[in-house]
Amino acid sequence: MAAPAVAVDNLNPKVLKCEYAVRGEVVMHAQRLQQQLQTQPGSLPFDEILYCNIGNPQSLGQQPITFFREVLALCDHPCLLEREETKSLFSADAISRATNILASIPGRATGAYSHSQGIKGLRDAIAAGITARDGFPANADDIFLTDGASPGVHMMMQLLIRNEKDGIFCPIPQYPLYSASIALHGGALVPYYLDESTGWGLEVSDLKKQLEDARSKGIDVRALVVINPGNPTGQVLAEENQRDIVKFCKNEGLVLLADEVYQENIYVDNKKFNSFKKIARSMGYNEEDLTLVSFQSVSKGYYGECGKRGGYMEITGFSAPVREQIYKVASVNLCSNITGQILASLVMNAPKVGDASYASYKAEKDGILQSLARRAKALEDAFNNLEGITCNKAEGAMYLFPQIRLPRKAIEAAKAAKKAPDAFYALRLLETTGIVVVPGSGFGQVPGTWHIRCTILPQEEKIPAIISHFKAFHESFMAKYRD
Amino acid sequence: MQMLNAIIRSDRDGILVPVPQYPLYSAAISLFGGSLVPYYLEEEANWGLDFANIRQTVTEARSKGITVRAMVIINPGNPTGQCLSEGTIRELLSFCYRENLVLLADEVYQQNIYQDERPFISARKVLFDMGPPTSREVQLVSFHTVSKGYWGECGQRGGYFEMTNLPPKTVDEIYKVASIALSPNVPGQIFMGLMVNPPKPGDISYMKYAAESKAILESLRRRAHIMTDGFNNCRNVVCNFTEGAMYSFPQIRLPQRAIDAAQSAGKAADVFYCLKLLEATGISTVPGSGFGQKEGVFHLRTTILPAEEDMPAIMSSFKKFNDSFMDQYDGYGGGGSSYSRM
Repeated sequence: MAAPAVAVDNLNPKVLKCEYAVRGEVVMHAQRLQQQLQTQPGSLPFDEILYCNIGNPQSLGQQPITFFREVLALCDHPCLLEREETKSLFSADAISRATNILASIPGRATGAYSHSQGIKGLRDAIAAGITARDGFPANADDIFLTDGASPGVHMMMQLLIRNEKDGIFCPIPQYPLYSASIALHGGALVPYYLDESTGWGLEVSDLKKQLEDARSKGIDVRALVVINPGNPTGQVLAEENQRDIVKFCKNEGLVLLADEVYQENIYVDNKKFNSFKKIARSMGYNEEDLTLVSFQSVSKGYYGECGKRGGYMEITGFSAPVREQIYKVASVNLCSNITGQILASLVMNAPKVGDASYASYKAEKDGILQSLARRAKALEDAFNNLEGITCNKAEGAMYLFPQIRLPRKAIEAAKAAKKAPDAFYALRLLETTGIVVVPGSGFGQVPGTWHIRCTILPQEEKIPAIISHFKAFHESFMAKYRD
Repeated sequence: MQMLNAIIRSDRDGILVPVPQYPLYSAAISLFGGSLVPYYLEEEANWGLDFANIRQTVTEARSKGITVRAMVIINPGNPTGQCLSEGTIRELLSFCYRENLVLLADEVYQQNIYQDERPFISARKVLFDMGPPTSREVQLVSFHTVSKGYWGECGQRGGYFEMTNLPPKTVDEIYKVASIALSPNVPGQIFMGLMVNPPKPGDISYMKYAAESKAILESLRRRAHIMTDGFNNCRNVVCNFTEGAMYSFPQIRLPQRAIDAAQSAGKAADVFYCLKLLEATGISTVPGSGFGQKEGVFHLRTTILPAEEDMPAIMSSFKKFNDSFMDQYDGYGGGGSSYSRM
């Protein structure tokens, strides 16, 4: 037989080109080391691998919200609603919410394929939640429930990118779903740099410059991605900034792709989340003025239900024929998973004052968010206290993105090892301490600067040890490579 | 989708797809910019494969500059329901060996079998039984799901694909793309685990589980017969037995005047028929053109899933509609009318 039918040399080049550092080289090495710890305990200078590479809160001990899980359990096994014992095991509002959700599902069949945009009753609930959040109306028909926010992003890239001359504006640094998706769909990533010195600010003048630059190279820039709160950078955009972005997109005819999955992760009192839809509508812009896609997920916030794969995109400003195409593509996958759909409706319609579960729900939510804020601060301070490291505040999201000024000798050692300098640093950190971070090159950064992305998610009681191990490692690294 | 995206480089890459097929394949190939190379299943031979024809198809594609990369087989078939014999699967694997194709074996209906002559046998088992060199060199990807069988947990979106003989670096690339989506949903994974490891004799839930699954499968088998027989009792309708899966795919021999009426209405003939059926009876089916069929031959796909007690009424409602449709378009009695050809 000739060469294998399928081998790396005959794979789709777009697949070969794309990358996703969040689960890339450093993480794969960590998984190997974790295996080694199991088969040869004591063979490494640490006892456990600490995964600080991925925004996966429940994997590090964060507990799910009780009310949400009660409703899911009842929806999965509806015959529980007929049993007397259920009333003593589940809260009254979880019982009534599950009852209502089941009533909105044809035949109460949570195992059946739903409408390709998601169950209508759940979309109604989400639209109501969006309206309550923003003060501007949302429409159930504009909502597409997806398995997490990522499939919605892929759908938009698929829709907008025709060939390598179609460009998508992305923030640098960015969450590498965007660069990977653009590569997979054969488009061009048009970067706009966030300014580290101004808390990762975004200047519209810079956007304009990059746009002209791209257009002069024959790139048709079709959309602008904004991640707010930012990932990996954690900044929460000021309203003024958001208005400038909206105006820019309207004037330049760009689709605004608003990744708002961290909307419930805000740690500073002087900033709050404003959805881009709210900003646009409050500027008097409606569907004719701006095409906007807003993404939300059940993976983040205080709920952290990453494994359930729930989320939605709200699409506004597309013409009816385009909406039909979006629907058509969504229908090829039939529908998103029902558990995720239910969770999305719960997240956007959480218990309210007066509900039976409200007090315990509020306590759980506040506990988680306050702990996240404390951890963000502790790690930020720790990084800022280290030689050659500066770290912007995490105003929101789940990450810190410290800049590490690597000495020349370290950069040379990295080159000799055929690794990017920040990957070299991250691998040394891993091998010395078991701490897993993602090198900044996975997210993009100003050339010649180096960062790592570290989550704020390890359990609060582990943070002091993480800080001290990191400090010890960094000091010895600098001692070795200092100029 | 993940596999096709990995394989298809351009429209010069062709994927062999059975016709009729489940339209995920045509849609995915289209979305990824590849070429669909159709191979026709033989309706008169119980939707069997004709390897001489398939070889011919591949030769023609290659002469047009297409590199045929993979072959899709759906076993049991959708919409056609046929169950492949071990011999046919062996032939398929030998064919892929000779032609250097990766076999994409869609086996999602493996638990939906309604006859005893051809129980399900996985492509993987046959491959290993064939021994080297075939067993070591033929590349195979097998697909399964929690959506079908007797669980029918469509809404969970659980499934898996298993790769055999794919080189490690290729698997790495597939892993890389999979990691962008982070992970499949956990409830779906749990369901998958339960499905491949159900309660066993002696387990507390075994009796209930066995009774529930048996009842569902036996009922599906009865419904497969009711529908096939019901369709075969109708004028101008010929229907192969649903050996497996969940569908009935009767051929409707449409009179020329019906075809003409469809054309004036701007619709494909089977779409026209299905719309009329819907409007007259409320029965919603999918026209055969959605799955592909030979030129001038028309089908519709219906599921065998309506409740067993509703089946007789559904079939008689269909018959009544079909009789009146044929009366309307079939000319006046005997000679002079022409039918759509096999």
